[in-house]
Amino acid sequence: MPASYLFELRFCRWSGTILGNIISVMPERRMKQKIVNSLDAAIADIPDGARIMFGGFGGAGFPNNLIQALSRKGVKNITAISNNCGTREGELGVMFKNGQVKHVICSFPGPHANYFQERFAKGEVTCELVPQGILCERMRTAATGLLGFYTTVGVGTDVAIGKEERVLEGKRCILELPIHADYALIKAQKADELGNLTYRLAARNFNPIMAQAAKFTIVEVEEIVPVGSMSPEDVVTPAIFVHRIMQAKGMRFAG
Amino acid sequence: MTEKPRLTREQIAQRAAQELHDGAYVNLGWGIPNLIADYLPKALTVYFHSENGILGMGRRAKPGEEDFDLVDAMKVPVTLIPGASIFHQADAHLMTRGGHLDIAVLGGFQVSEKGDLANWKIPGSKGSGGIGGAMDIASGSKKLIVCMEHNTKEGAPKIVKACNYPLTGLECVDTIVTDLAVIDVTPEGLVLRETAPGWSPDEVQARSEAKLIVRNHVPEMKLAPNSH
Repeated sequence: MPASYLFELRFCRWSGTILGNIISVMPERRMKQKIVNSLDAAIADIPDGARIMFGGFGGAGFPNNLIQALSRKGVKNITAISNNCGTREGELGVMFKNGQVKHVICSFPGPHANYFQERFAKGEVTCELVPQGILCERMRTAATGLLGFYTTVGVGTDVAIGKEERVLEGKRCILELPIHADYALIKAQKADELGNLTYRLAARNFNPIMAQAAKFTIVEVEEIVPVGSMSPEDVVTPAIFVHRIMQAKGMRFAG
Repeated sequence: MTEKPRLTREQIAQRAAQELHDGAYVNLGWGIPNLIADYLPKALTVYFHSENGILGMGRRAKPGEEDFDLVDAMKVPVTLIPGASIFHQADAHLMTRGGHLDIAVLGGFQVSEKGDLANWKIPGSKGSGGIGGAMDIASGSKKLIVCMEHNTKEGAPKIVKACNYPLTGLECVDTIVTDLAVIDVTPEGLVLRETAPGWSPDEVQARSEAKLIVRNHVPEMKLAPNSH
């Protein structure tokens, strides 16, 4: 009998008893670590200068309660990564109004991002515009541990300026690099106590991508349910990507 | 300059709708393209894609039935048709960029004779501008149609030899539908396929900077009488 087989056999017997007990205990310990009881506590450790991803698109799926808490805390010099730059004071707008953002990476600031545009015009905020799908993929590149990818998107346009260009499969393409973040602030519909997430309709948008890409993900959810009450095959974002959970009634900004 | 009537924005959309085929997966951009859904022939089933993660988008929501978690890329509450699906933004753009959509329709500021598109920023305009999904869509669609007015408000041609507005994509446009013409981008250049009712090929050429190739007889556009 090969030694490795013996080891596996012994390991299995061991895991069937002791490890089995550990597994049944672990969820409770983990969930106690993840669920917080106030919005201010949810974002309390985010420091000045943090790089933060913010989910949301078209008024849906924005972590507005967490954004409001971040604005109350007065965190400064943020690099914000989000599809757009707020709707007047709503969504990320309040962060620009308060002058908390120094740099933004986005695809479409938006027609009602007046606080962003004012600061941008004065040079108080810098902005990197990224094609929307490339914004997704650069975040996913960070999530997967890859170091970059080549794409035909943006070749010959302003977004190609300063980027390595080469020809692959007969097509001109440019090198795009990952977008990393210290935190992702996201919105989901439901979390179990471990942090498995589901989303509602098109409020999903950027949220699952950012949850995977950032080092630390904080989610606001409408509802927290017990471990085991969510069907595993319905989980969109597995709990491994979620580090802190706060239940709060969703806020929406019109327009 | 007094001129003959051109197509309205709605009529441009109506003509562009004829370019869609049954069963097609289609993305409609901002502006005129967004009107196309209203002019689909009744016999046609088309699966509308939205870059925020919807395939199988239906009509706009009526007052009272809006669900603000279900919006299109223009933030308008919409409905779903049976068989619709929801996914995240990266998968939505995997569809645009990866050549999975059959047809995409975008608005445009300029299209060049090689099919380059400029549609995201007017030179000298204030503010940051915004790209959104246009570059991904331009890069990957199997067929890209651009809907736009043939000329600017000042009368300058938007069908140009080379774009001098910030580019969205190189050699990406397949067909242009304007208020004066339907034009195909081919390896030989821009081919005038149809003109607006009452307009001759020469008159359309006079309002274009790029050379339009005229092959044989150029028919006038037919706008379906049952659409409005």
